[in-house]
Amino acid sequence: MIEMKGIKKAFNRNVVLNNVEFTLLDGEIHALMGENGAGKSTMMKILAGIYSRDEGDVLVDGQSYTFTSAKDAESLGIHVIHQELNILPHLSVAENLFLGKEKTIGRTGFLRTREMNKEAQTLLAKLGLHIDVRQPAGSLSVGKQQLIEIAKAINSEAKYIVMDEPTAALTDREIETLFDTIRELKAKGLSFVYISHRMEEIFAICDRITILRDGEYVGVREISKTSFDEIVKMMVGRELGERYPSRDAKIGEVALEVKGLTCPAVCKDINFQIRKGEILAFAGLMGAGRTEVAQAIFGNLKKSKGDIFIHGEKVTIKSPIQAMKYGIGFVTEDRKTEGLVLDFSIKENMFLTNLKSIAKGSFIQAQQEQLQATKYIEQLNIRCSDATQSVGSLSGGNQQKVVIAKWLSTKPDILILDEPTRGVDIGAKKEIYSIMNKLAEEGVAILMISSELPEVLGMADRVIVMHEGRQTAILDNVDLTQETIMNYATGGEEVVKN
Amino acid sequence: MLKTSSKEMLGKLGPLLGLFLIVIVITILNPSFMTTDNILNILRQVSISALIAFGMTFVILTGGIDLSVGSTLALTGAVAATMLASGIDPVLTILAALLLGAILGAVNGIIIAKGKVAPFIATLATMTIYRGLTLVYTDGRPVSDLGNEITFQMLGKGYFFGIPVPVCTMILAFIVLYVIMHKTTFGRRVYAVGGNEAASKLSGINVDRVKIAVYSLTGMLAALSALILTSRLNSAQPTAGTSYELDAIAAVVLGGTSLTGGKGWIFGTLVGALIIGVLNNGLNLIGVSSFFQQVVKGIVILIAVLIDRKKTA
Ligand SMILES: Nc1ncnc2c1ncn2[C@@H]1O[C@H](COP(=O)(O)OP(=O)(O)OP(=O)(O)O)[C@@H](O)[C@H]1O
Ligand SMILES: [Mg+2]
Repeated sequence: MIEMKGIKKAFNRNVVLNNVEFTLLDGEIHALMGENGAGKSTMMKILAGIYSRDEGDVLVDGQSYTFTSAKDAESLGIHVIHQELNILPHLSVAENLFLGKEKTIGRTGFLRTREMNKEAQTLLAKLGLHIDVRQPAGSLSVGKQQLIEIAKAINSEAKYIVMDEPTAALTDREIETLFDTIRELKAKGLSFVYISHRMEEIFAICDRITILRDGEYVGVREISKTSFDEIVKMMVGRELGERYPSRDAKIGEVALEVKGLTCPAVCKDINFQIRKGEILAFAGLMGAGRTEVAQAIFGNLKKSKGDIFIHGEKVTIKSPIQAMKYGIGFVTEDRKTEGLVLDFSIKENMFLTNLKSIAKGSFIQAQQEQLQATKYIEQLNIRCSDATQSVGSLSGGNQQKVVIAKWLSTKPDILILDEPTRGVDIGAKKEIYSIMNKLAEEGVAILMISSELPEVLGMADRVIVMHEGRQTAILDNVDLTQETIMNYATGGEEVVKN
Repeated sequence: MLKTSSKEMLGKLGPLLGLFLIVIVITILNPSFMTTDNILNILRQVSISALIAFGMTFVILTGGIDLSVGSTLALTGAVAATMLASGIDPVLTILAALLLGAILGAVNGIIIAKGKVAPFIATLATMTIYRGLTLVYTDGRPVSDLGNEITFQMLGKGYFFGIPVPVCTMILAFIVLYVIMHKTTFGRRVYAVGGNEAASKLSGINVDRVKIAVYSLTGMLAALSALILTSRLNSAQPTAGTSYELDAIAAVVLGGTSLTGGKGWIFGTLVGALIIGVLNNGLNLIGVSSFFQQVVKGIVILIAVLIDRKKTA
């Protein structure tokens, strides 16, 4: 059993956890929920020995400990799978699994590679992952990498496993496998802390839930005795109302048309139109080629065939700079590698797309920058100390909002959003939906890529479904069901209805 | 929350504190260090390496490196010297040399940005090529008899209100470059490219153009150093500037700029260049043998980098 009592933590003078408690019983799956920046990851990093606590106590089986490194925590069976995965992409799957715990011949340092590979293979097979363990881990999907992280935890004989938003990048099928694994391990007496912003998952798998708000402890509940609404209210502090706000957009003429778009090996013969004021969703499984279609439209990926028309005019787009000239904006999928300069402050990131808007000639107007940044911080409700905070120290969801602000500042006519609400809390999700609605009402054409089917059904006017690089359906979002979309996403027959 | 955390502030002021410490120790060991003449002398020596280090800071901020600066200095110096020797107008000569420096730098930038060659490799190659061109051009002999055009003489030997002209040039360049780095959109782009190249590209920044620009700038500053050096020596040596790239990189690193790009500032580089200059001069004054001086310099750089590691860990 793990008990965390009266935990306090401040960064500089910014208190992010104040008198928080958390108890993890043996053999339970315990959800930790709260809005972006509530302090969930920080709490778990304290448990893992990565951050030190300012006040409070951490007890494992009744005994108090002060961990000074992740190794300390691991020696007591506490294993944290962080929001940012710790996979070394160039090492093989097996090498990743045994990283730091390599088997050697005596003390010589010579590796028992064959033995480790074999063990890795059996371990992963148990998790339903049948892959060649000698391939580089970076070549696997994020979902599979997640399973490798779990295998690592099991391999290190963990008793307590913390998962910080494990499903943010998983497909539904991968989530099922993951849940089966978690349930199996729970039956063996392992405990889990499960952090997620997806309410459906919490109800599907967790036993109890602890809720944080703004670094304060709100309460703990039995899942069987609580409700969706109660949890939301505890998290947000008020009723949230409708999950998907309604919009009143007038659908106008065609803003973007794509004809026969083909990129070698990733997508083939993609055809669609988006009109002004319309939200078109791209659904499909992870790896279906949706991101690549967006990258090709935005000029960041070379296309081998196909034409792009903007406002009816045929255009050539060979780089993001050209795409932006035609009024296209692109909120990328992976905020860490493609969205943000992590060492930059919030305001420095916000205007990278549009330095002109805060400059006179070549000179940046510091005041103007600060003013505009503050405006977006308020508009998007970004939780931060101020506009000079580095984005690297923001919580995941707030980082996402900074990426969105980056593109709002360019005032796009056509906005592509790739998984815009990944890792974003329920309140902020609604804020992002409202922003999308507002943009649509202003006549912006929106292309949203999303793997969350409820979100697709809740937001889109029309849905394009992709399967293995091909477009399998264009569906009007009228009486549309998740099942229909899934059917096309997994390779149902080719039907094009416009 | 503090605007900049105290830790960060310490990190920024660290090099300055180090400089003061070194100055104090040397002054105690030999009070004649602290004379106006000696200080001006140090500054004049530093100005040549500082100009190159300024350019290097921009390059390193983008995550690159430029090993060819010393060779660029030699080639531009040789060309300027022959132009003067053949009686060409000094102002024209200066402009031509600066342009040549910028072009040599742009070549580096184009190879790196368009050819996607690692900066270390690309500039290692051009370092050899530019040095070779210098030797071919001069036939391996120094170029002298530059005439005594006052405009050109001033560049290395003149005084402006009692301050050596090279020092004035360095200060002026520092101010201009400081403003470019911290107050302009170009400076912001330089940091962004070094901080996250993929994100910069997707934000519509012309990454190739930024890279070509920083290498051109560095080449031009190397040419400016070449002009000062040529003026001071009244001749151009084909071997001039050998291993200057190492001093420049050392100054940048001493100043706290990260070799991985995206983090650092030009004030640090100025301090770094001063530390190296003070050490060169001070160690002589307190009678450390020139062989041993190298050891001391190396140790100072190591200590600085180790402190920097501690800070970021
Ligand atoms: N290293 C740090 N330096 C400064 N502030 C930090 C640091 N790490 C976290 N914070 C701040 O602490 C607060 C809590 O962050 P944390 O990452 O724990 O949130 P979270 O609940 O995990 O949110 P999310 O759901 O978005 O992942 C945030 O306001 C964040 O800005
Ligand atoms: Mg988090």
